[in-house]
Amino acid sequence: MPRYLWPWLSAVAVMVVLPLVFTSGSAITMMSLMGFAIIFALSFNMLLGQTGMLSFGHAVYYGLGGFMTAHALNVIGSGKWPIPLPLLPIVGGLAGLSFAIIFGWVSTKRAGTAFSMISLGLGELVAACSLILKGFFGGEGGISTSRTATLRLFGISFGPQIQVYYLIAAWCLLCMVAMYAFTRTPLGRMCNAVRDNPERAEFVGYSTQMVRFIAFCASGFFAGIAGGLAAIHYEIVTASVVGAAPSGYVLLMAYIGGVAFFIGPIIGAVLMTALQISLSDYTGAWQLYVGLMFVLVVMYAPWGLGGLLLMHQPLLKSGVRDIFVRRVLPAYGLALVPALMVFAAVVLLIETSHHLLVKSADGSAMKLMGVAYDAESAIAWILMLVLLVLGGWALKRVAPKVSEAFHAARLAALGAEAS
Amino acid sequence: MLELITFSTLNGLLYGLLLFLLASGLTLIFSMMGVLNFAHASFYMLGAYFGYQISLAVGYWPGLVLAPVLVGIVGALVERYGLRMVHKHGHVAELLFTFGLAFIIEELVQMVWGKVPVDYRVPQLLNFSAFTLFSTTYPAFRMFMLGMSVAVFIALLLLLTRTRVGLIIRAALTHPHMVGALGHNVPLVFMMVFGVGCGLAALAGVIAGPALVTQPAMAALLGPILFVVVVVGGLGSLPGAFIASLLIGLIQTFAVALNVSVADMLGHVGITLTRDSIGGDLWTATIAQVAPIIPYLLLVLVLIFRPKGLMGDRDT
Repeated sequence: MPRYLWPWLSAVAVMVVLPLVFTSGSAITMMSLMGFAIIFALSFNMLLGQTGMLSFGHAVYYGLGGFMTAHALNVIGSGKWPIPLPLLPIVGGLAGLSFAIIFGWVSTKRAGTAFSMISLGLGELVAACSLILKGFFGGEGGISTSRTATLRLFGISFGPQIQVYYLIAAWCLLCMVAMYAFTRTPLGRMCNAVRDNPERAEFVGYSTQMVRFIAFCASGFFAGIAGGLAAIHYEIVTASVVGAAPSGYVLLMAYIGGVAFFIGPIIGAVLMTALQISLSDYTGAWQLYVGLMFVLVVMYAPWGLGGLLLMHQPLLKSGVRDIFVRRVLPAYGLALVPALMVFAAVVLLIETSHHLLVKSADGSAMKLMGVAYDAESAIAWILMLVLLVLGGWALKRVAPKVSEAFHAARLAALGAEAS
Repeated sequence: MLELITFSTLNGLLYGLLLFLLASGLTLIFSMMGVLNFAHASFYMLGAYFGYQISLAVGYWPGLVLAPVLVGIVGALVERYGLRMVHKHGHVAELLFTFGLAFIIEELVQMVWGKVPVDYRVPQLLNFSAFTLFSTTYPAFRMFMLGMSVAVFIALLLLLTRTRVGLIIRAALTHPHMVGALGHNVPLVFMMVFGVGCGLAALAGVIAGPALVTQPAMAALLGPILFVVVVVGGLGSLPGAFIASLLIGLIQTFAVALNVSVADMLGHVGITLTRDSIGGDLWTATIAQVAPIIPYLLLVLVLIFRPKGLMGDRDT
């Protein structure tokens, strides 16, 4: 079997097996959310990672795809048209594509910061329209629909969540393959050229505006599919999906995962969806953590978490592995202690302040990580600050050593490759 | 009708000048460092909240000075320890950093002051009506807002055109390396400009906070309009930002006051349209309802017909 098939086959295996392992309803719902989040994040990365266009209004195509799918579902359901549900995300995709053609024509005239601002303006435009055009967007209540009223094939009703999960998983896989294939086409390569050196791309004879436009349309198409799947999953679409919040959220997902690698947004989408669902159970300040994580990634790991992982790939080759185990791993171990200290201190500080400020009605007694303490006691605050300062100081001391060890191993890996 | 025109003009000017207080800092920072500060409206919000907190302790007037200074210091620190570190990763990383910052500031504000609007009061001294025209009263605080905005605008103009500091800043806009070679500390200039820009935004917040609503969404409400102002005026052009601010301020204020729809207007010439006609809501929506869209429509139109903006001289 060709080597390039292995990642895809393992992806299929994971998608098929996961719901057999995690059978609870909430787990299957979470995995469904991950499915369309992955498509959405990857479609966003066609712009940011591959073509160098930072969009602040990508949810427009996702949301409009969702609305069109919901309307199509309602029309099909009431007219008893013989169209099965699995084909409906295409409606979303085509809607996303059409709006991307219209808006893309305006916005891809410019690149860089101007493009970002236009995308933001167009996002706000559509969000503001959603409050006026109540017929299409359904006003405050949104558009609700029913996925079970469509033509049934092989007796599958798509009532149970597990059937919807497999539908989403299938579409997710299809879109992943399609978007990966797009990166391997000459057009995909031109996108990278336009990202890296637009001037030179123009000299070679390509219109950078055209390349940006086509990438934008393709990206809108896939975002629309993700929106359509979301509409099928929730059976309701409200005006908030075209707003600024989901546009920002997809940016966080893709960037935290890493925009420089194809796999990055997938990691980001899975991680952020899991965090959003599980973290919001534990703390009311979860969005603050997400924001902090994003800023940390921007400042210290611009390749994202996926990039951090992939950076270690060359170090695992034979010949270098020895250095990796002897030098890099111990350095990581050494850095782990202060990093954990800083992490614990930050979490403690945020949670304690959150308790004092937001839940002041419950009194100042609180419990965190199994320890009960008084949020107003000076000793607790002093201990937290000491932990933060000590951890930060130690981390600053250790950081150069870690980087030194990593670069030594990296050099060795390069040497091994050259010889 | 005359009443509507007078008051809409006054309010439009006021809104436009407030927009300019923000847009001037944003556009200065942009043209100097190439950074579009996504968090600029968040500093405006911080200004309003700081002013509110100070007004609780010592009254409104100290807050008018203290809050912008504090926010300016916060802004300078953000530039020094955040933006400058991200600078090596390029402009996209800088934009993303300020985007994340806006996200964090909004969360923090929600945590500290709650999700509902706070009761930021107009100071007692100005809590009366300045004049009555056509049986409508105009609050004195609005006159104060107008006066403050004009004063800051003139001060900024004088600072930039008549002082040595302004000279260095204007030189650093176009030739940062040359300014550095002449012995000026360019990173320090950047830090100061960023701090002062954030301070100006905060001043707008303290002025606008009591009159508008001081709430966690105020940054998200104003931010996009601010970008429209900067793009429509021409990226990096201060006069352009001034004209665009007033333009958008006036357009939006007048639009909100007009309660007619396309269907009403066509009704006069004998064409009847209802919600059920093709296009539906499009015809029956009043101009007041469409008002939030107008700035963005203007943005799109400007980009199609004059991509450099009204006064801009460069492509980005």
